[in-house]
Amino acid sequence: MFVVAMFALLAALTITVWRAIAGPTVFDRVLAGNSVGTLAILFLAVLGFLNDRPEWLDIGLTYGLLNLVTTFAVLKFFRHGDLAYDVDEAEANRQRGQS
Amino acid sequence: MDLAFAVEIISWVFILGGSFFVLVGALGFIRMPDVYTRMHAASVIETLGAGMLITGMLIQAPNMIVAFKLIIVAALFFFFGPVASHAIAQAALTAGVTPILDEDRRDRVIDDPSEDETRGIAATEQGLDAADGDVGNVGGTEVKPT
Repeated sequence: MFVVAMFALLAALTITVWRAIAGPTVFDRVLAGNSVGTLAILFLAVLGFLNDRPEWLDIGLTYGLLNLVTTFAVLKFFRHGDLAYDVDEAEANRQRGQS
Repeated sequence: MDLAFAVEIISWVFILGGSFFVLVGALGFIRMPDVYTRMHAASVIETLGAGMLITGMLIQAPNMIVAFKLIIVAALFFFFGPVASHAIAQAALTAGVTPILDEDRRDRVIDDPSEDETRGIAATEQGLDAADGDVGNVGGTEVKPT
């Protein structure tokens, strides 16, 4: 049964990677990348159970945390063009430029 | 019937159901027309697919520490999946990606009583009684005109 789940996850991974390459907007790509991360975690868990080594779930946990940070970093970069964007600092700079 | 065999069967049902929903979500990535509907397909993977797969593996977990890690992974999906979806939707709306709508509702005036003609037209188009008091708000989401 884990083999069936593995093949389903592989097919889903193929489709989401295709969407991440072909997506028309950047948000399609971010969404597909997020789903690729989710499917990679599930794939690691299923593969660990298949090989009788469920310790690989630790790697899956790390992937899950990285997945969230990656999504927010990419979204923030494409919104502001800067990963270290600070709202207060930008506002202060803008007012200093006006006065 | 043996109890271990019954537990095994329940676990298989969960894992097969999870595989099915993962495939359905992935098909949604092909079939759906724009980014907001694709987000719906992605949430199918994150909730039903991941939830049922993790539940199936949780039943077959060999010891407690593995079960605990599986619960942590499920909690990760439970909390961070909606947060990421919300962030992507908010970013897409802010960047000006317009959702594909079946019916354009941006022209409908909701809260302005001076525009009675628009409300009457909107009501007759919906087949409602135009003389009936608050017709502008019937049967639709409130979309403020931009």
